[in-house]
This record gives sequence, C-alpha cells and structure tokens, in this order.
Amino acid sequence: METVKKELQSLGFTDVKQADNRLTVTVPQDKLYGVARYLRRERPEQPFDFLIDLVGMDFGDALGAIYHLSPSQNPSLVVTLEARADSREQPELFSVCDLWDVAQVYEREAYDFFGIRFINHPDMRRIFLRSDWNGFPLRKDYNADPALNPVPLENEHIPDMERMPSITLKMGERVEEVRQAFDKDEYVVNFGPQHPAMHGVLHLRVSLDGEVVKKVDPVFGYIHRGIEKMCESYTYPQILHLTDRLDYLSGTMNRHAVCLCCENALALEVPERAHYLRTIFDELTRIASHLLGWGCMCMDMGSITAFVYGMRDREKIMDIFEETAGGRLMASYSVIGGVPCDVHPNFQKRIKEFIPYMRKMLKEHHLLFTNNPIARGRMKDVGYLSQEKAISLGATGPSSRASGWHNDLRKIAPYAAYGKVNFDEVLRTEGLTFDRYVIRLDEIEQSLRIIEQLVDNIPEGAHAAKTKAIIRLPEGEFFQRVENARGQFGVHISSKGDKTPYRVKFRSPSLVLVGALKAIATEAKVADLIMLGASLDYVIPCIDR
Amino acid sequence: MEVKSIRIPNMKYEDFNDNEYLEEYVTELRKNGVNIFVGKLSDVINWGRSNSVWPLTFATSCCGIEFMCVGAARTDFARFGWEVTRNSPRQADVIFVCGTIVHKMAPVLKRLYEQMAEPRYVMAIGNCAICGGPFKNSYHVVKGVDEIIPVDVFVPGCPPRPDAFLYGMMQMARKIKVQNFFKLPQQPQLPHSSTPNTAADGNS
Ligand code: SF4
Repeated sequence: METVKKELQSLGFTDVKQADNRLTVTVPQDKLYGVARYLRRERPEQPFDFLIDLVGMDFGDALGAIYHLSPSQNPSLVVTLEARADSREQPELFSVCDLWDVAQVYEREAYDFFGIRFINHPDMRRIFLRSDWNGFPLRKDYNADPALNPVPLENEHIPDMERMPSITLKMGERVEEVRQAFDKDEYVVNFGPQHPAMHGVLHLRVSLDGEVVKKVDPVFGYIHRGIEKMCESYTYPQILHLTDRLDYLSGTMNRHAVCLCCENALALEVPERAHYLRTIFDELTRIASHLLGWGCMCMDMGSITAFVYGMRDREKIMDIFEETAGGRLMASYSVIGGVPCDVHPNFQKRIKEFIPYMRKMLKEHHLLFTNNPIARGRMKDVGYLSQEKAISLGATGPSSRASGWHNDLRKIAPYAAYGKVNFDEVLRTEGLTFDRYVIRLDEIEQSLRIIEQLVDNIPEGAHAAKTKAIIRLPEGEFFQRVENARGQFGVHISSKGDKTPYRVKFRSPSLVLVGALKAIATEAKVADLIMLGASLDYVIPCIDR
Repeated sequence: MEVKSIRIPNMKYEDFNDNEYLEEYVTELRKNGVNIFVGKLSDVINWGRSNSVWPLTFATSCCGIEFMCVGAARTDFARFGWEVTRNSPRQADVIFVCGTIVHKMAPVLKRLYEQMAEPRYVMAIGNCAICGGPFKNSYHVVKGVDEIIPVDVFVPGCPPRPDAFLYGMMQMARKIKVQNFFKLPQQPQLPHSSTPNTAADGNS
C-alpha cells in the first residue's frame, strides 16, 4: 500500500486519497494512459493486471471515467484513477483496452451511456442500446421524453449492428474509420436472442468455418432495464429491490453488497446476529444458484433428469427462505443496518435437516453425472481458459478459480461472518470445462461447511441497527465488492449527500464472463458452444443491468 | 350462474376469482345460439385443446426461474398437460411472457408472436410483463406487453409463485374451453411493421 502510494507520488500525483484499502488519484486526460501503463506493465512487482471496473461518470461540469484497478496477486488492494475528459461536447479519453482485455466492453458501455469516445478502441459501437437510440441516457442532461425513443416495432438492422466506428491516433494524426464486424465472405449464424439453450436473451453472432467457431460477436441489451439510471432517482432502501433483480440467482448477495456499501459509508455498527444471518442466507443462495447452474449445464448436455434433480434440491432452500423472509426467489433478506426481521423458529431445524440431505444428494450427483463417461468425455479437453487470460478478462468467481486464480473475496477481504469460519477456497488448475463444472459442486460442499459452523452459533441480540428514517450517505465515492455465485459483484456509489445517490454503478460478474466465452469458444466446435456458455454460468439480466 | 361446460377437473368453480368475466364472455359467445352438432364437436375439440397446451420456451429474466420451477418436479405442470414446451414458436399454442420486455426485445417478441400458428394465446407473467413492474420508470422498458401483443391472462407477482402460475394456467384453460372452435375470435390488428427478415431471429 505504502509503496504504491509512493510510486504514485513519484509519478507526480501528490494528492493521493486513502480510504480503507483503496487509493484514489485524479489524473488529467493526457496522463491517464501513462499511469495505467505504468501500473499494468512497468511496476517492478505485483502489476495491476486486474481491472475491476470502469465507471463512466457525469461529474456535472465534465464527463469522465473512474477506473478501479487491483493486482491479481493481492486483489484486496485497489487503486482508483479518476479521469475527466476536457470537453463536454466531444468527450474523449484514451483507451486502455490494450492493457486489459476487459476494458473493451467497459469502454463500450461508457460510450453507450455517456457518449465518451475512447481513442484507439477498435470497436466503438453502442453495447446495450440500439444504434438508432437518441441521446446518452446516463448523462445528467439526458432528455427522457419517450417520444424521442418510442418502442420500436422493427428489429435492428444487421448492417447497423456490424458497423464498428473507431478513432485512432496514427503518428499524431486523428483517423476516424468505420470497419465491419465480419468480412463479407464469413458465414455468420445468429444464435439467440430467443433460443431455448441461451439461458435468457443474449444474442451471439457466430462466424463459422465448417463446424468450427471462428469468431463470436455478442450483442447485448435485450434485457437492458436501465437500473443504474433508475437508482439515481430512488432512495437507498428502494435501490435494494432493484439489486435483487439484477442477478436474481444471487439476489441476496447483491443486496448484501449495497447494504455493506451504505453501512461503511455511514459508519454504521451492524449487530453480530445480522452478520451471521446474512452469511447463512448468502451461502444458501449460493447453493441454490450453483444447483440451478449445474442442472442447466447438464440439461444443455442432454440430461434433463439432472435439471429436475437440481430443482428439487433447490426447492428445499426456497422453503427455508419462504418461511423466514416471505419470498422464494427474491428473499430480500437484508436492509441497511441488518436484516428486516428475525428468523422463523423453524429456521435452524430446517437447515440442520437440509445439510445432511444435500451432502447425500451431492454424492448422488457425482455418481450419476460427474462420473458418467459420456459426460466426462464431452467436458474433457474443451474450453481452455488460461489464468492470464482470465485475469486480463476480469473473469472472477468459480469460472476463474477453475483456472487457478485465487480471488475469493470471502478469503481475501472477509466481510460479514466469513472471517470467523473455516472453509477452503476451491481452486483447480487446468481451466477446462470439466473443472468449471466440478468446482461448483465442490463449492456447494464448502458452503455447507460454512452454514454448519454458523447455524448453531448465531449470537443473540438485535437483528438490525437503528437507522434514521431517511438515509443520507455522506458526500464521496464508495466502492464495495462481495463474492456472489458468479464472481465479484461490485457496487460503486457516488453520493452528494442527498437521500438519493448521484451515480450508482454495478460491477456485473456476468458481463466479463461473456468476454471469457469469446475467448474459449474460438476454435471450438459449434456443438460445444452451448455447453461452454453454460459452464461459465452467466446470468443475462445482470449483464445488461 | 355457473357455466357448466367450463368445469376444470382440478379446481372448483367457486374457487376461481373472476367468474363474472367468463360468464359475460360465454353469454356473448352464445348470443346467437349454437348449432348443437357444431357446439358439441367444438366442446370435444376444446376439451382436447385445453388439456394439451404447448407453451413456448421463452423467458427473459427472473420470472423465468419460477417458470422453470413450475416445470420441475414439485409443481409439475405436466399434470395438466402443459409440459410439452416447444422451442419453436411455430409449434407452440401459448407464450408465457416471463420477465421484463425492453425496447430492444419488443420487436423480437412481436415476431415470435406472429410466428405462432392460430389459435394462439399469451400469458403475461409477472408485474414487468403486465405494466413494467419495478422498472416502470426506466427509459428502456416497455410498460406492459399488451402495448405490443394482445394478452389473454395476466398473472401478477414479482415473481409470481408457482401456484400463481398454475392458477393462471387454469384460467387460460377455461378460456380455451368456452371458445367456439369453429368461430374463434378475430385476432386484433398488431401495430404495423414493414420490413421482415431484417435481423435477429434465432429460431425460425
Ligand atoms: S416481475 Fe419481478 S421477478 Fe418478474 S421479471 Fe419483473 S422484476 Fe423479475
């Protein structure tokens, strides 16, 4: 931490702000790329090779972006770069997509929402909205008149989808070009947005050579619900309901992230009991999510029985949720300051029944599917994701732990009650589809271990801290991450001291996984594409937000 | 008045909520009298139709997960003959609109609806599909799918419980049962779209 601070100061940034484990510096537009390259490439040790998130911002007087960077070997340390574009009329920043692969999608997103163009970015298309959309919705001066953007009755035209504008600087000269996503003689197949095996409404445009996938061009936005913009007009407790619906399979954890972020900002002391309950709920959600992910992956390989088994086990968790929280899928069991209500008297009994049941079922799942030679044959030797690639793509969670990257926030930066329990971070090394498959089942076992240790020791006391009737966050930028079932879910809240946030950005662990799909599907067989997608287990509404 | 011919074996008539609506509908349908032979034949066909409804596999977001639960072991909709989920709209009878429909998706949904063979039915599942739900204030969300396609049954909830799904399905089955198969109601005119086959249509 100190060394990084010194290095930044020696680069000429004297004003380094420090909060928890995070250093913040403001960099001018022309120095941005230089600092980024230094942190990524030129540092003597522990390069910042993990771009956690890129937050587009409308600062009011200027547009800009906030970069959260971290070294992959020490993901709890975060450096935040704040850059502003000089002109509001023609906002431009230098692209960092040659330093981090993941910047490609993030920069496209910043362009889509704020109209910031990134110089040297090869593909400055809109990412979520249609190319004929008027205006940049997250700018503060956006005109939200529905007459400007009526509900379209026609699909977007394919040629519009393929035009990739870019700005490059070649020997000091600005060149604006438009290239095509696919060559004329490429054989392109549309896969989605409505496809039964797509797990939602993602649209992949796949270029094929025979049955070999040459290129994948994902088209997002078929479920872009504009949550980040809506958050700006909602109070903090209202936002919680939207986060549940982002990645609905990890709803509890997403909610947890926003609660933690607000609590840290308010310096609110949360009762121990709430921490324990939240942890138990998080882990139950993780099990439910992995079971569904497992079932769907097996179904994509042709085994519908596995799906039915997974759903059957999941119902047990839904019952526990329903009894205590009242909701099944959306348990909504976290509020700022604690948990909204105490647990049902049956809670502990039900969980103690569930743990041995799930252990037994896990054995059966392994017996029936993992050890099935056909299933093994299909998952073996396909979909290799190297560790460097996973880091550069920002892919976190089980999908990257299958490649050996130690990045579980529950271990690295324990929050809630994770610091008090014994569990293993499941790591595998090969990075193949089979590893990504098996790691989820192994994580279920670890989650059971965590729950087992907590369920009997839930401390007595209040279940929530008292909060003010109207919650106002102090002025500043707050960033919080939690480990959800798909990876690191982050929330960046920028507050001006009002009861509504100024800007909210969610780091979606699923968005980056589609980048990983692009990487592992290239040169794979088209028949494996669906299974590769399922092995990454992304949730599409979380991608599109 | 109980409409005898729309008995659903699994549920009592009194247990349904909006019987008046259906009774009005039946009175309207039978205003001009029905030929007894055609009437009976239609009843037989409708008995078959309402017990083997094929839904389209379609879900955009959270409500889709509860749809999967309805299809899985505990609340198995195969008990009512609804389990043959079709992947192609051309083979489906009913589309469950599970989840938010946004601007970019609206033309796709409309296309799917147009590709279904008549008689076709639509169930709007969840608050999003009904009116935009929690995302009503968003710039990119369609405020209810009935803006783009006609809806037969609305199932509220966020997400609706599997039981609510089943209730909605029973209502749908009743609606199918009372129709005169030989004189199905006119399909309303959809908002016009001109150029077909321009884009994203993964599944036709
Ligand atoms: S109604 Fe609720 S649960 Fe259903 S799709 Fe909308 S937000 Fe999700």
